[in-house]
Amino acid sequence: MREDTLEITARAHAPLSRDQMAARAAADIPEGWYVNLGIGIPTLIANHVPADREVIFQSENGLLGFGPAPAAGELDPFLINAGKQPVTLLNGAALMHQADSFAMIRGRHLDLCVLGAFQVAANGDIANWATSDTDAAPAVGGAMDLALGARRVWVMMEHTTRDGAPRIVSDCSYPLTALGVVSRIYTNLAVIDITPQGLRLVELVDGLTRSELQKVTAAPILA
Amino acid sequence: MIDKFVPSVATALAGVKDGATILVGGFGAVGQPDLLIEGLIEQGAGDLTVVANNAGYGRVGLARLLAAGRVRRLVCSYPRIPGSVIFEDLYRAGRLELELVPQGTLAERLRAAGAGIPAFFTPTGAGTRLVDGKETRRIGTRDYVLEHALHGDVALIEAWQADRWGNLTYRGSSRNFNPVMATAAELTIAQVYHAAPLGALDPEAIVTPGIYVDRIVHHPAGALHA
Repeated sequence: MREDTLEITARAHAPLSRDQMAARAAADIPEGWYVNLGIGIPTLIANHVPADREVIFQSENGLLGFGPAPAAGELDPFLINAGKQPVTLLNGAALMHQADSFAMIRGRHLDLCVLGAFQVAANGDIANWATSDTDAAPAVGGAMDLALGARRVWVMMEHTTRDGAPRIVSDCSYPLTALGVVSRIYTNLAVIDITPQGLRLVELVDGLTRSELQKVTAAPILA
Repeated sequence: MIDKFVPSVATALAGVKDGATILVGGFGAVGQPDLLIEGLIEQGAGDLTVVANNAGYGRVGLARLLAAGRVRRLVCSYPRIPGSVIFEDLYRAGRLELELVPQGTLAERLRAAGAGIPAFFTPTGAGTRLVDGKETRRIGTRDYVLEHALHGDVALIEAWQADRWGNLTYRGSSRNFNPVMATAAELTIAQVYHAAPLGALDPEAIVTPGIYVDRIVHHPAGALHA
């Protein structure tokens, strides 16, 4: 009896962990795609691509075909990713300078970029570089180039803020990174497609109902 | 005989003037010409405009140049990183002008400067507050922003190997902004880990041809913070 009760309680609220979110998104990336992963949760996706599936990761600072973090004692201080973490080069990797790297990004050669975000609007607008118009010390990095340059932009983020405010909204209140570019959102509660008609639910975590999801989503989810 | 190697950092930085625009290579600590930045602090030029992807961290290198009050204006894509306390303090205090530029736009503005392109249209930033006041144009079905070439008076870069003609190779991700900045300045100064005899570098492997490089400092230990 007691075990059953615990099971039901757990199932009623079963948000995905960051690694589970990353694994869920990784499952949707087919072999042969060239992919840029934004800093934060999206970076974890690389750890969850099956070993027998060749997906090639790009980093803004001039890497194409980088691999996981080096084993202890094998760190090359000359090899970092855009998040400034140490990485390795896979067989087949290529190096380039920043202008060539962004030509690759802006020129629509990447199949996919997965970005973190503060907010995503139902029309595909994304806000992920500043939380106010008077940010004490703003930074933008490559987010705007990536959001506009990749052929597909997916967002991976917690469904709500720490205070429980929805991050999926009708209009972003934070400064925009790019307009109308996001096609899919992976959160700890759901997978949602952005379509010309609006938000379309693809998948819910176990134990969550559609109406419960709508309560923490500040834009209508299509029936 | 052409020999672009100079005997000291001080010689390398001779003639840098107050008010100059200085391009500084590197992405985080990787590829950042720390020796030349320290040399610039010693050299004493002030009222500088510095163009760099990051704004330094801790109290060394770029952060120390900022702390010394030598920089009036920073053109940067990602100034706020863990440890960028000097930048954050100066910026909040209103003692440092900041032009925040998307990273790809920064790279392309430098490339354009080196390639004789005065300005270009890019989709990056269209419709966002970062491009307020800039000319935009609809071409086909998308909006584009007019961005201008970004020239330097001086470029400070780091490379892996150099020969006396100024041909350069790079290692790993330390290439980043260095080859582009080398093309975009009137005076390009490189600090390198290895000096190679002329002819020893494979022409197929040279990333920065010597035409872009004016002075080279051989610094075998390099300088690379973890």
